[in-house]
Amino acid sequence: MKIVVCVKQVPDSWAEKKLNPADNTLDREAADAVVNELDEYAVEEALQIQERLGGAEACTVTVLTVGPEKAIESVRKGLQMGADDGVHVVDDALHGSDALATSAVLAAAIDSLGPDLVLMGSESTDARMSVVPAMLAERTGRPQLTFAGKVDLDGDTVRIQRVTDYGYDVVEAKLPALVSVVEKINEPRYPSFKGIMAAKKKPVQTLALADLGLEAGVVGLAGSRSSVQDFAARPPRAAGTVVTDEGDGGTKVADFLSAQKFI
Amino acid sequence: MAEVLVLAEHAGGDVKKVTFELLTLARTLGEPAAVAIGEVSDDVVASLAAGGADTIYVANGAEYADHVVAPKVSALQAALAASGAVGILVPATAEGKEIAARLAVRTGAGIITDAVGVDAGFVAQQSVFGGSTLVHSVVTTGTPIIAVRPNSVAAEQYPGAARRIDLDVTVADIDRAATVTDRVAQERAGRPELTEAAIVVSGGRGVGSPEGFSVIESLADSLGAAVGASRAATDAGWYPHQFQVGQTGKTVSPQLYIANGISGAIQHRAGMQTSKMIIAVNKDAEAPIFDLVDFGVVGDLHTVLPQLTEEVTRRRG
Ligand SMILES: Cc1cc2nc3c(=O)[nH]c(=O)nc-3n(C[C@H](O)[C@H](O)[C@H](O)COP(=O)(O)OP(=O)(O)OC[C@H]3O[C@@H](n4cnc5c(N)ncnc54)[C@H](O)[C@@H]3O)c2cc1C
Repeated sequence: MKIVVCVKQVPDSWAEKKLNPADNTLDREAADAVVNELDEYAVEEALQIQERLGGAEACTVTVLTVGPEKAIESVRKGLQMGADDGVHVVDDALHGSDALATSAVLAAAIDSLGPDLVLMGSESTDARMSVVPAMLAERTGRPQLTFAGKVDLDGDTVRIQRVTDYGYDVVEAKLPALVSVVEKINEPRYPSFKGIMAAKKKPVQTLALADLGLEAGVVGLAGSRSSVQDFAARPPRAAGTVVTDEGDGGTKVADFLSAQKFI
Repeated sequence: MAEVLVLAEHAGGDVKKVTFELLTLARTLGEPAAVAIGEVSDDVVASLAAGGADTIYVANGAEYADHVVAPKVSALQAALAASGAVGILVPATAEGKEIAARLAVRTGAGIITDAVGVDAGFVAQQSVFGGSTLVHSVVTTGTPIIAVRPNSVAAEQYPGAARRIDLDVTVADIDRAATVTDRVAQERAGRPELTEAAIVVSGGRGVGSPEGFSVIESLADSLGAAVGASRAATDAGWYPHQFQVGQTGKTVSPQLYIANGISGAIQHRAGMQTSKMIIAVNKDAEAPIFDLVDFGVVGDLHTVLPQLTEEVTRRRG
């Protein structure tokens, strides 16, 4: 059994984010970077599946990322948590890739690695589009088991609880498959000291686009199918009225709601 | 005029409000055409017509609900082929975005998600970085696919020409690979869906306990609102996780958002900052949430909210 977990490095959500006026892309240098939080749940889920199957002899966990030099840190984090090896697709031509382009690169890497199961977070905290898992399922022809709040593996069948607005759907498919997980599916482990030391010796393969048989024109700003025309800081919201409750706070809100025709 | 497709959201014979919003928006961009997939009753077709659809493409069949999104992508693609549409609008819900994402791969066209408006020529407005920046984006290749957030425009009723066209859809085996074997509904007490609701009433750590959420729910019910929660409240297990608003929860953009006992951390703001109007109740006058509000009360939510609920109920008669 082979699991590949897709991880993404994102700007720390506490950091102020900016667009780079030169080419309207996210200024990734300007912010501290962390592993996309939802991807940590995916790594944890992979490690738990590995443990249930009896360890690294029965099941390997590979961490895959597409991103600039610095993004190797997100692979390291996965290795520190306990994954076995890593793959980092890095290429200057990737800069400015949109979700379609990124999913094309991830798909090529997944096709070449040929895992039984692909795990990933259901969205990234920076772009928040929540489209890459579906795109990846479409591109790799794997059944799409997205927004999983629970994952069970039963022989060559994978079954998830797909979280919906009204509760959840139970969805199943045969391996090979693709699963995206939601927040709180588990409690991601912190890397132990031993894990951090061991990670230094774990292999990380670096691939360029050409290694995956991809041409530069299909990715990056050149290959992206949407573009930012312009951007502007929003005027800050006009200051509202704030009153202190003196026993009539509720009535005052009701007066405001009446004035605004909500009631 | 060229057609603009709107992916209709409907369940149990009812068409969701966001569909009417998108039909209204589509009318500003071309000739609105709805695409209804699944168990499409005559009622659904009639409401889409009343909501402004000049053409209604129908892919009728109960089996669309049996598999995860892929068969619906085939239906939407068939509608695109049949209509020669110049643009496609889908609701920016979890499923709407997944359908859009797969369609974009199939057609090779660009996709824009979470638009809060679409201008002539399919220029999408997006509000990013917790609402601090407004971006205009365009699709540069293919027929634009744009996922628009609920509550971005006010729906207008406009009788459409209501031509019905039944689609001939071929669903590949590979698109049936993920099978829904069961559907589990969790109690929602008849409240509107969080991402669609016109009013959202949220509670945070200041609510203090699971039982404390009854004051939030009572206010929500008096206003016909959905209930939301901050991560501090969902982490504590006081309210179910699917109601979390924020960066790692739902993004909401209602007409009115009422934040109670919520400090206003950047990650919470990321999920609610595009609300048209914001009210906060917080006992700390320095809480950052007050920077966002149209109206705020410095006070204890456990006394302010019951009074408010009573007033709302009384005034609504
Ligand atoms: C990667 C990441 C993702 C995150 N994602 C999210 C997310 O999706 N959603 C989210 O909400 N948070 C998210 N957070 C957490 C966020 O940073 C805050 O910790 C969280 O929003 C705080 O919730 P709160 O406002 O309810 O609690 P607090 O910040 O503790 O604020 C509680 C407020 O209640 C007030 N209060 C207390 N008692 C009362 C009372 N009786 N009456 C009135 N007011 C009272 C206090 O004055 C205080 O302002 C995320 C954090 C990270 C790092």
